[in-house]
Amino acid sequence: MLQVEQLRKAFEGFQAIADARLSVPKGEVVAVIGPNGAGKSTLFNLITGHLQADSGHIRFQNEEITNLAPYKICHKGMARSFQLINIFPSLTVLENVQTSVLAKHRLDQNFFRPSKKLLIEETLEVLESFGLFEYKDRSCSSLSYGDQKVLEIAIALGSKPELLLLDEPTAGMSSEETRKIVNLIKRLSQEKGLTILLTEHDMELVFDVAQKIMVLQQGKTIAQGLPEDIRNDKAVQNAYLGETGLC
Amino acid sequence: MSTNNFKSINNPKGKFSTYLGPGLAVAGILILLMIPQLLTQYYVYLLATVFTTALLATSLNLVLGYGGLLHLHHGVFFGVGAYTVAIVLTKTSWPFAVAVLLAPLVAALIALVIGWFCVRLRGLYFGMLTLALGQLVWAIVYRWNALTNGDNGIHAIPVPEFLYSINSVYYTTLVVLVIALVILYVISKSPFGLTLLATRDNPVRSESVGINVKRHRLTAFVIAGFFAGIAGVLFVLVERSVAPSLLFWNKSAEILIMCLMGGLTVFMGPTLGAGILVLLSMIVGLYTEYWLLVLGLLLLILVLFLPQGILGYLMEIYGKNRSMRGEN
Repeated sequence: MLQVEQLRKAFEGFQAIADARLSVPKGEVVAVIGPNGAGKSTLFNLITGHLQADSGHIRFQNEEITNLAPYKICHKGMARSFQLINIFPSLTVLENVQTSVLAKHRLDQNFFRPSKKLLIEETLEVLESFGLFEYKDRSCSSLSYGDQKVLEIAIALGSKPELLLLDEPTAGMSSEETRKIVNLIKRLSQEKGLTILLTEHDMELVFDVAQKIMVLQQGKTIAQGLPEDIRNDKAVQNAYLGETGLC
Repeated sequence: MSTNNFKSINNPKGKFSTYLGPGLAVAGILILLMIPQLLTQYYVYLLATVFTTALLATSLNLVLGYGGLLHLHHGVFFGVGAYTVAIVLTKTSWPFAVAVLLAPLVAALIALVIGWFCVRLRGLYFGMLTLALGQLVWAIVYRWNALTNGDNGIHAIPVPEFLYSINSVYYTTLVVLVIALVILYVISKSPFGLTLLATRDNPVRSESVGINVKRHRLTAFVIAGFFAGIAGVLFVLVERSVAPSLLFWNKSAEILIMCLMGGLTVFMGPTLGAGILVLLSMIVGLYTEYWLLVLGLLLLILVLFLPQGILGYLMEIYGKNRSMRGEN
């Protein structure tokens, strides 16, 4: 579904991404791991068009999407959540998700229909499946940190994507909130058949949910494969997993 | 005050307003309709000026309050609208209706050109470019003697006979203001309006949910320019003359202050701000010629003590500020 080949990106002489390769098969949960500063978020920003690549190719559903504008990439069926909470702070919980549902249906340029009731069922459906229904009329800034993170993902799901990118979905969360997110990821993958690409620091979570793992070190893909292969890969152990002591 | 008649538009969601709102609106409109019978011509003229300015300020707020864009030179589109009517009526034999229809279209076209460059920039840079390009339009109007009469302006603009009396001008500006405000309100509550708030809150996230932020901002800019052009037409009806000072940046600063004063986050805020500022400048003008000094002090008080604007503050007190939550 998604192929990244020989991707490179430098910031003022610093090679943030050097030869990143990645392949995400349809219907799978794929995790990108790597030490801090390995370039995981940069890779995500390149894939979703928030940064421009220096060279290389990104293909989504057999279509070249390298350096397209983010909104165009979204309309092709790719949505993302962000590492830091990135929502619409002055809107209600409902309106936060409705915004992306409206854009998905290309109604964001409609001037004369009241937005209050437009596509409301679809929006409520998303809120319900994320357990946010009861908060729908609340200002989203009044939600707890954990719920804001959930809303962060709900906004992405409002675009009805085929590929969902989650950038550190459990960063800063309590263990209980993390468990909620893990269940959510599993549910999205198993029940809705969604293809998911995620980055994560929590190795336990990665090995729990991912069917495939890619390891990034200093902007370079050093391994890619099944979780067991990654666990046993010498280069990976040296580069990353050894340090954390999880394997 | 012209604000009463739009209570229902202010709080469409409040239970209270379900019954009270329309009642107040009807009462307000009735009072406004009777004004020419109650007040002297001077005050009728002053209110017509308030209506014109209210439309101008509300159109700016679509970009400023809803779009969160630091638009520093909205007066240009007002001036372009006014000049279009003036030039068509004095230099061509085209009918009045053509002049009136052409004015907002020309204003919108200029907004499209200026906006096309500006939406590529952010924050203060956006503001500085609106200012620079706006002053460029002013310079053209100021210098192009053959077309605009230069710094003399155009006077004694021939409007149709039915607009000779100040009372009929008053009713015309009132009706146009009400219609324009209703349209702008509908737009603010449409998917376009909601999305505009989203682009104001978080442009990066808006892009990633599939919104073309630049195009959205440009559209808002052009709509605002269009309605400023209509306000320009009303200005010509009231004053029957135009001068390059209409397009000078200090006029735009005044409109900006009106929006800040009334409240950027409430739909009727700019209308209230326009009302206060126009009437105040008249009263202050009776005592001193240092109106700008008073304006500066007002701005200082506003920024320090009432950053959400008067109407924004009142809405907050009553816990009804639902039309546009949050700060910019």
